[in-house]
This record gives sequence, C-alpha cells and structure tokens, in this order.
Amino acid sequence: MNPSEAPATVPPPRKSRRIPGWAVGALGVAGAVVLLSTTSYLTGVPQLTSTGTIQTAVRLALPILLAALGGLWAERAGVVNIGLEGMMIMGTWGAAWAGYQWGPWAALVSAAVFGALGGLLHAIATVTFGVNHIVSGVAINLLGAGLTKYLSTLIFFPLSNNPRESPAVPKFDTYSASGLSDWLGELEAQQRVGLSDVAGILRGLVTGVSPLTMLAILLVIGSYLVLWRTRFGLRLRSCGENPVAAESLGVNVYLYKYVAVISSGALAGIGGAALVLNPGQPGYLEGQTNGRGFIGLAAMIFGNWRPGGLLGGAALFGYADGLQLRSGGKTFLALVYGAVLLLVVIVIWQLIRRRWFAAAFGILAAGLLYAVYYSVDEVPSELTTYAPHLVTLVVLAVASQRLRMPAADGVVYRRG
Amino acid sequence: MGILRGKLLPPVLAILFSALLCGIALVVSDANPLQAFGVMFAQVGEGTTAVDIINSTGTYYIAALAVAIGFQMNLFNIGVEGQYRVAAVVAAVVGGSIALPPGLHALVIILTAAVAGALWAAIPAILKVTRGVNEVISTIMMNGLALGLAAYLIGADVFGELRGNNIRTPEIPESGWVPGIPLGSSGTVFGLVFLAALLGIGYWVMMNRTRFGFELRASGESSTAAAAGGVNAKKMVLIAMLLSGGIAGLVSMPEILGRDHTYNLNFPAGIGFSGIAIALLGRNHPGGIAFGALLWAFLDKSGLALDNVGVPREIVTIMQGAIVLSVVVAYEVVRRFELAAQQRQVGRQLGTVDAA
Repeated sequence: MNPSEAPATVPPPRKSRRIPGWAVGALGVAGAVVLLSTTSYLTGVPQLTSTGTIQTAVRLALPILLAALGGLWAERAGVVNIGLEGMMIMGTWGAAWAGYQWGPWAALVSAAVFGALGGLLHAIATVTFGVNHIVSGVAINLLGAGLTKYLSTLIFFPLSNNPRESPAVPKFDTYSASGLSDWLGELEAQQRVGLSDVAGILRGLVTGVSPLTMLAILLVIGSYLVLWRTRFGLRLRSCGENPVAAESLGVNVYLYKYVAVISSGALAGIGGAALVLNPGQPGYLEGQTNGRGFIGLAAMIFGNWRPGGLLGGAALFGYADGLQLRSGGKTFLALVYGAVLLLVVIVIWQLIRRRWFAAAFGILAAGLLYAVYYSVDEVPSELTTYAPHLVTLVVLAVASQRLRMPAADGVVYRRG
Repeated sequence: MGILRGKLLPPVLAILFSALLCGIALVVSDANPLQAFGVMFAQVGEGTTAVDIINSTGTYYIAALAVAIGFQMNLFNIGVEGQYRVAAVVAAVVGGSIALPPGLHALVIILTAAVAGALWAAIPAILKVTRGVNEVISTIMMNGLALGLAAYLIGADVFGELRGNNIRTPEIPESGWVPGIPLGSSGTVFGLVFLAALLGIGYWVMMNRTRFGFELRASGESSTAAAAGGVNAKKMVLIAMLLSGGIAGLVSMPEILGRDHTYNLNFPAGIGFSGIAIALLGRNHPGGIAFGALLWAFLDKSGLALDNVGVPREIVTIMQGAIVLSVVVAYEVVRRFELAAQQRQVGRQLGTVDAA
C-alpha cells in the first residue's frame, strides 16, 4: 500500500465531546427562543411567538417528526427508506378507513398496520432480495399512492361521493393545563419584551394538546431508550454500522433489519394518521402527505441520525410551515429577518475563529437575505409553502460534511 | 440464449406477476379481471387512444432517458420531476415573449427548455461535488421548490394571465409551434415524438460509441476502478447530472409545442417518477426503455376505459407500481441464479466440485 494513503484509511482519533447532547439541545432551544423574541421585537410582528402559531406548528411538526423517527429506525439498521412517503400515504388511508368507523384510537392502530405493511414490502425487497434501497423506496411510493387511490375509489366514493376524500374522521379530545395556560395567556397579553414571547411559546405547547402529541414525544424518548440503551438497540445499530461484524457475533442481521424496517413503516403510518387526525382536516384527502415523508427524511438527516436532532429538525420544519399557514407571507418575511440575525451571529463567530472564507460567505448570504427583506412587502404564498425544502437544502449544503450516517447505510447486505 | 434469458425473462415475469396480482385484486373487489383486461386492449382501437399512446410514449421515453443517464453511473436523479416542470415554465414564458421566424422560434424554445432543465439540475450536482450532499435528498427538495417556483412564475402579476378558471403563461405564437402528423379522426401525432426517437439514438451512440459513455458506465460498474483508470468522478457527476437535467427539460416539449402552446395549471405531474420506473424496467437500455414507455403509455391511456365497466382505473397505477417492484426483484433473482450457475460451472471445470 502506498504509505501516503495510509492515513486516509485510518480515521483520526476523534476529539472528545466537550458538551453532552442534552446541553446542546437546551442551548439550541434557548438560542431559538432568544432569536425569535428578538426578531419579533425588532420587526414588530408578535405572531412569531403567539400561542396560535406554536399550536399550529406542533400539529404540523407531528407527521414530520413521526416520519423522521421512522427513517431513524430503518437507517440505523442500514436500510435507506425513501419509501416513507408511500408508507405515510398508506397510513393516511388506513387511519381514515378505521377512523370513521371506530374512532381515533382505531385509526392510529390501523394506520400503524398499513404503514407496517409498506415497511414489510420494503424489507422483503431490500433485505431478502437485495434490491437497491432507493429503487425499492421509489417503487413503494408509486405503489402506496396507487393503492390508496384505488381503495378510496372503491370504498370511500360510495360514502363521501368523492373518490379523493374519506368521510369525516372523529378527532381526539385535546387537553390543556388549564391554570398554567390562563396564567401564561395573561403574561402573553401584556406584550412585554422576551417574557411574553416565552409565555406565548409555552402556552402554545401546553394548550389544546392532543394525545397524539404526547404519544409522539413518548415515541421519540422510547426510540432513544430502545436504540441506545438496550441490548436490542445496540444489535440493531450494529447492523447499520457493520453487518458482517454483527453477523459474526451471532446477531441475526436479516431479522433485525426486518424488525427495523417494519417499525419504520409503522411509525411513518402513524405519521400519516397524525395528518388525518389533525383538527384542521376533515379526514383522508388525496395528496394530503404532499412530500412530508421526504421532509421527515430530511429532518432526520438534519438531526444527524439522532432522536434529539430529528426532534429539532421536525420542530424547525413544523414551525416554518405553521407560520406561513397561520399568518401568511407578511409574517414569514419576519422570519427572513430572523435568518439575517442568525447569520450575523454566525459570521461573528466565524470571524472570532478566523475562518475568513466562511465569514465572507455568511456576509454575502446575510446581505442577500436582507435585500430580499428590504425590497419585498410579502413573500408570495406559493414560495413560502416550500420553505422547508429550501431550509433543508441550505442546511445540507452547510452541514453535510459534519453529519455522520450509519456506516453501512444503504449497502445491500447478503448473508455469507 | 443465456443472455436472452437474463434480459427478457425478468420483465416478462414481472408483468405477468403484476397482472396476476391486479387480477386477484379485481376478483376480490367483485370485478371480472378478464373483462377488464379485454376492455383495455379493445380501447386501443377506439377514438384517439392509439395516437394518444404514441404521444404519451414519446414523453415517457424522454423522461426515462433522462433518468437512465444518471442510473448508468449510480446517480439517482429523482429530480426529473422538478427539472421538466421548471423547464416547461421557463420555455413557455420565453417562447411566448419573443418573436422569431418559424423553425428558429421552436428551436430557441427547445434549447431554452434544455438549458433551464440543466441549470435546475446543476444545483444538486454542484452541491454534490462541492459539499457532498446526497443527490437523492437534494433533488427531492428541488422538486418541491420547482412546484413553488412554477406556481409563482405563472402568477397573474408575474408572467401569467388569467383565462377563465385557469392561469397560464402567454400563448406561444404560431411561429414557435411544431406541426404534428394529422391522422384525421384518430388524432394528431406530435411532431416532437421524433425528437424522442432521436434522443434515444443519441443516447445509444453516446453510451456505446464514445469515451464519455464508456467512462460513465465504468463509473457505474466500479467507481474505484474508474478512478484508477483516470476518470474524474466529480466531473462525471457534474456532466451526467447536467445532461440528465437537459434531457429532462425536453420532456414536456412535445405537448407544449405540439398542442398546448402554453404552460397552465393542468400541466401533467408525475412524469418524472414514471420515468424512473420505466428506466428501471428497461434496464437503462434504449430499446428496453422504449418498450417500457410504450407499456406505461398503454396502461395510462387504455386504463381510462376501465371506468366504463365499473372498475376504478386506479388499478392501473397499482399495476405500474407492482411491475416496478417485481421487475427489480426479478432482475436480482435472475442475477443471483446466473451467478450461482456460473460458480458451479467454474467449479466443475476446475474439478473442485463433483459434477453431481
């Protein structure tokens, strides 16, 4: 071997992490709140941190969060799951079908089962038959969309007189921490800088909470505990890092991959149920997922294949979505201003670290965004809808080299 | 014989399997599968269906070629969907706002579309070679952005105009149209269907008779071997992506220049994803893709007749999905089977395995 190439094959010893993950998360949340309240103060747009915006954001973040969690399970076991979108579509149909007959809990279970069926199909194709993961995922997206269209025409059409829509599905009752919520509401109404913003955000999080939200949070925590704190999780992740080594230690790689991909489908299906059971929606609607499975995948990559990170990604996308849905392009422009502020902070940080090129790039981007903010009155609604897509691209462009995916992710494994 | 078996058997098996699957689905939902399939075949002779199938085949063929160029080097351009949409809007806007002599006008529109598609594909390509961003995610995101951009550009206060319930770009003047072949009551074949055929020939020549095509295939077969042979991987990604995007930009040209003369809200969606499926079915081979595109167009257009016999025509979409999934599985199974057979043969020749 050429000696000069040797270092490339041996990874340099990793620097020990100085800050634990939970602290990074807490810092991130604090930073986001400070950024939002500063932006809200400087632009005079209180909706940025209003209860209503946060509530909408939570509702819209749920499907993305669940899809991202589904992606996490599959990819930690080494199977890339582009088919999340298709599994989510199947979940929406399953939720509506069971939901209008037997209520929201049945909807949830049925959605999970339908999603899991999609997952099973993906597992059969990728694990047993060794088909390329992306190819199988694309096929499942086609199949999921086709199957639900067919079934809707067959089953929903006679009931709702519309082949693209299900009958109305009953929703979950929501719960509020009533005393706390009222107190926070008073605080928010006082419009004090900073304090009212925090109150608004907190109130949005504790008012009108659906059991689905609690379930999703529990699933995130549960996924973390199962994947990182149990023997089962270690084995599952070993299949995503080095399946050959795992097999040699007696791990049944195929079985673990099957379990992971089926769970992944079930989670994506529940994500679909979250769309159907959203109080703003009557029930199943064709094209309802609108690429949220893909966004979930992006949120997972954004979160560096970690549960905490994907929670942050889902929150970001849900927030951007909720803001534009709730208050339109004018408020959205305030977010552009917020992005400028964030970039200024980043530029200062890069200047301190003497990274001139990155700083210059940051200044350029900030200037460009500020010019946009200054010159237009309102971001056209056609464009704000796709803000999560743009954010994903920017984040990937900036951060993709710091991200670390499971080592054998997307690699077809065959038992020797 | 062996080659033929490896190449033809999987798609045939996949189509039969999918037809069987859909047949079962039809029986379960109280329909007669034989009648349904019979109606679909009979529909080809009705009205303009045959011509519609030909036109649609051309469109699908271009989309699948665009995808196939990327697939040849394991580059997944999921973004054909967005590329053809952006290209269509830009070309329609440009075509509607310039005045040129006939012929030249159409040529400018077509080139504009190709360039617009290539530029849209350039963003994920540049992100991939400079920042290492996976093209699958970035092209999916570009698809979303393309929808937004197209909706914005045809807005009434940007480039679009309101016509009844529809919003559309200004109509392209007649000098920019490409005449078709009128076949009387059975419709008009788009003139640009021949563009699809030309692209197919060009694709074959490029892949099999040029250095670039060889390097592209080499990169797909083994990226390390290609790199050792002096192929610049980054350059290949960039060129392949730009070519793919450029061809994707042409997808909607037959329809826009041959019939619609404008981009409006009824613009067809999903051709890019069908293109992926067709490229897989045809194994990136120009002939195979042509067959796949024809099959897809047949299923699409003949499926419309299913509503007449009380069968939801969406069964066709299930069939398409089932074909894709089963064809990739079938290729894999046949590949493994042949590999095993080859190993046994080598073993026999070397005398290490008994010829039992």
